[in-house]
Amino acid sequence: MSRTVLDLWVGFFVVIGAAALLFLSLKVGSFSGFNSSNTYVLQAPFDNIGGLKVRAPVKSAGVVVGRVAEIRFDPATYRAVVSFSVDARYAFPRDTIATILTSGLLGEQYVGLEPGGDVDMLGEGDTVMITQSAVVLEKLIGQFMFDRAAE
Amino acid sequence: MTVARQDFLVDLRAVRFAYGEREILRGIDLSVRRGQVVAIMGGSGCGKTTLLRLIGGQLRASAGQVVVDGADLAGLSRAALYGLRRRMGMLFQFGALFTDMSVFDNVAFPLREHTDLPPELVRALVLMKLNAVGLRGAEALSPAELSGGMARRVALARAIALDPMLIMYDEPFAGLDPISLGVIGQLIRRLNDALGASSIMVTHDIHESLEIVDYVYFVSDGRIVARGTPDEIRASDDPFVHQFVHAEADGPVPFHYPAPSLAASLLGEVGA
Amino acid sequence: MSGVIGFLRRVGSRTVDMVWRLGFATRFFGLVLLYSGQSFRRLHLTIREIYFAGVLSLLIILVSGLFVGMVLGLQGYETLQRFGSSDALGVLVALSLTRELGPVVAGLLFASRAGSAITAEIGLMKVTEQLKAMDMMAVSPIARVVAPRFWGGVVSMPLLAALFTAMGILGGWLIGVVFIGVDDGAFWSQMQAAVDFRYDVMNGVIKSIVFGVAVSLIAVFEGYDCTPTAEGVSRAITRTVVSSALAILALDFVLTSFMFRGQS
Repeated sequence: MSRTVLDLWVGFFVVIGAAALLFLSLKVGSFSGFNSSNTYVLQAPFDNIGGLKVRAPVKSAGVVVGRVAEIRFDPATYRAVVSFSVDARYAFPRDTIATILTSGLLGEQYVGLEPGGDVDMLGEGDTVMITQSAVVLEKLIGQFMFDRAAE
Repeated sequence: MTVARQDFLVDLRAVRFAYGEREILRGIDLSVRRGQVVAIMGGSGCGKTTLLRLIGGQLRASAGQVVVDGADLAGLSRAALYGLRRRMGMLFQFGALFTDMSVFDNVAFPLREHTDLPPELVRALVLMKLNAVGLRGAEALSPAELSGGMARRVALARAIALDPMLIMYDEPFAGLDPISLGVIGQLIRRLNDALGASSIMVTHDIHESLEIVDYVYFVSDGRIVARGTPDEIRASDDPFVHQFVHAEADGPVPFHYPAPSLAASLLGEVGA
Repeated sequence: MSGVIGFLRRVGSRTVDMVWRLGFATRFFGLVLLYSGQSFRRLHLTIREIYFAGVLSLLIILVSGLFVGMVLGLQGYETLQRFGSSDALGVLVALSLTRELGPVVAGLLFASRAGSAITAEIGLMKVTEQLKAMDMMAVSPIARVVAPRFWGGVVSMPLLAALFTAMGILGGWLIGVVFIGVDDGAFWSQMQAAVDFRYDVMNGVIKSIVFGVAVSLIAVFEGYDCTPTAEGVSRAITRTVVSSALAILALDFVLTSFMFRGQS
């Protein structure tokens, strides 16, 4: 086999290999995990995060605008502090409400952002003050029973 | 002998070598003068090939000195050793041609690796070397298409590609038909004289060798047991040389592996 | 009693032997890296090896990828439709391929196709004294023979794994969408929503690079280290396939536990 034919084959191999990678990155996957250069990080304390996981989506009006970056427990306030990165293209008012929601009845949990009307916008490292915890099914049922008993 | 030491291209002084516990060479003194063709002879497994490895620097002597072209191999760095090897050619027992290259590329290999010559010049040199071994017409063949004798000639062309000062041959006659054998024998002598090189040949083919060499060493059991010019060897009455030259089955090299006497073994006294 | 002692002695010598070989393999790896300069300076040597390791493995990789994807499509649909979520078929196929099956199965195929060929080639060169002849010509066999084959394998493996994964996803799509009738839009959009480029695809690529290094190193080492006889070469080839498979599975576990620990 002469060297040129061999080179041609190797070139072909590299091209279709690169095409396969491109296919995987564009058609199969998506760049939903925004890289840190064009995101900003917000924090939100919750009384209860339910089953929220790191890398869960952050949505506003149903559109994914960010990802949960870190979840930790604050021993001073006994609350969970969720840090999440938000795409820098989107700015949210200071009085935005963060809620932990569930997609479908049994689906994955995500953070929902509901913008308020403040003129000041949240910036890097800011904390979302108004939050609403996850709905825990046992608590809900317990409350329902309690209300019924009270009637 | 009153030859100055610098006249020796290869000079082995009291060289010993052992693989682990097993001693292969037990004190070898051997020297090759410039321009000479020297044969090292001996039975199979007596350490002849080990000697070549020591001279080529592929093995290190456990004691004694191996001096090639004035340099003691024991003290050489890897780079210096490689520098020395560029001026050595070695013909391996079965040629050791690179099976994934054509005959031409095999001979061109040392030139391409060690020089920056333009392709036309490489081509001219390769064809000259192939012509010297009579195989210029075989340049496009692959090593698999060559007969044993042809493969060895190609390997010889490859070994002399860089015009070495020392050519080593490991069993150059093994497994060749009488015609190829004569051809290789003549080539060894002719190329040695044409290149002004020195040659060391390890072989047990005594009659072919005596025709072409200047000096012969006999090795047995890790020692040199006899030495001399071909004429001296032919006239020698040394029992070992006599046995070797006349191919006798029994002699100083016994036919039997060491064992108790046959009668004793048959009567079962060993087991008793 | 003497049987027990003999057994212990055998185990002990095996262990010592293994540690010794491991040490030699590590030193050998260092040498290969040290002598790698030539395989980059004279690129055509490495390109040749990419041809042998990569291009010649293409067919088996593409066909196997297609079949693995088709099986995933069938089995995945079978299971998912019980929960009424056959739309998630694309997610299942793509995630299992990008994260695990792509690199691992492609690595195993690569070891048995290209790894064994590399071992056989280097082993035969050793048997026929070609390596020694090269060394005598003042050309380092590690630089000229081993390093290009090593890098050829390292370059080929991620490309082959990507091709395997892509073919697998197409195979899953073929079964799921074309034959069974899962909705085409749902198949791709759910897949895109669930598969993250950096998290899933890139981690798969990293795995395949690591496997490529491991398999190529094992293949060149076993070839270089083999006993120079016909039997020694055949044993070295077997060892290449077996050790590569073990290395891939063990490394896969280690990498997976690093990459995907405690997350989604």
